[in-house]
Amino acid sequence: MTMAAVLALAVGVFLVRLAGPVMRSRITVSARTETMMKRGAMVVLAALVVTGALVADGGFAGWALPAGVLVGGLLAWRRAPILVVVVAAAGTTALLRLAGVA
Amino acid sequence: MSPRFPPERDRDLYRDAGAMSIGIGIVGVSFGALATSAGLPWWIPVAMSFLTFAATSQFAMLAVVMAGGGVLAGLAAGVLVHLRHIPYGMAVGDLYWDRWWMRLVGTFMLIDQSTAFALSAGDDRRRARAAYWITTTIMFVAWNVGTVVGVLAGGFVPDPDVFGLDAAFPALLLALVMPALKDRDTLAAVLVGALIAVGTAPFLPTGIPVLLALVGLLATWPRRRPKGDAA
Repeated sequence: MTMAAVLALAVGVFLVRLAGPVMRSRITVSARTETMMKRGAMVVLAALVVTGALVADGGFAGWALPAGVLVGGLLAWRRAPILVVVVAAAGTTALLRLAGVA
Repeated sequence: MSPRFPPERDRDLYRDAGAMSIGIGIVGVSFGALATSAGLPWWIPVAMSFLTFAATSQFAMLAVVMAGGGVLAGLAAGVLVHLRHIPYGMAVGDLYWDRWWMRLVGTFMLIDQSTAFALSAGDDRRRARAAYWITTTIMFVAWNVGTVVGVLAGGFVPDPDVFGLDAAFPALLLALVMPALKDRDTLAAVLVGALIAVGTAPFLPTGIPVLLALVGLLATWPRRRPKGDAA
């Protein structure tokens, strides 16, 4: 990989990041559109959560990973601080793996 | 409009982003170490992290190139997994669509975490803006410091999975998305989208399933009847 390749990725990624705000600045954003756009981002983030928790390398990620995310999710539901949620999720998954759970 | 963030008002943001930065830092270490152990000179991963600031894109490109897929295929993979940032930019782009340099830096700093933290602020624009800049700046520093440490660490490649860090990231996003799920339309869209993403993930290249999830928005489209809004 060369510096040119690095720059090409940087430019490509930047243009992707630029596309969203440029598109939205070209339209008059109604309250309803605003709601839909925010909801769209939520949907993508949530999809990232479930795929990140369940899928690894094109297959099932094993039990330790979703178990950790589930523990984090339950804590978040009980309104635990984000710090607690994240540490508990990582800790659960790490301990399960240490115990031999894939 | 210049951003001013009194630390005492947003202490929780600094704390949460600070905690996350440890995880991002370790992932950065593994990126730097992986790249150097693949035989790349030190400045390639360092420049990549500094100029791209997109972990999944960088790993995707590195993986393809390391597997002998070539630079062009690597670029394609890197950009493909990044496409989810288009809906992100549409949702939070107005927070930094200000002076030209704010637009430039804000665009460069658009990541999963800054989007999720900003959205979780709801209608409070000051808070959303603070959340965006605080989290993304801390992540940027952590990601780059991590990469440099990884390069210096040489052959030692830590496995972030051992620390359960692959669970930390979805758990963080879940915690940030959860309050929005009280809205039934959002919940419906999210559930349908999540099913689509998980169902297609085994068959499609990484990056596409989370975009297909947007089809979930259709689940709420016809049902909504804006009150007092004829349009």
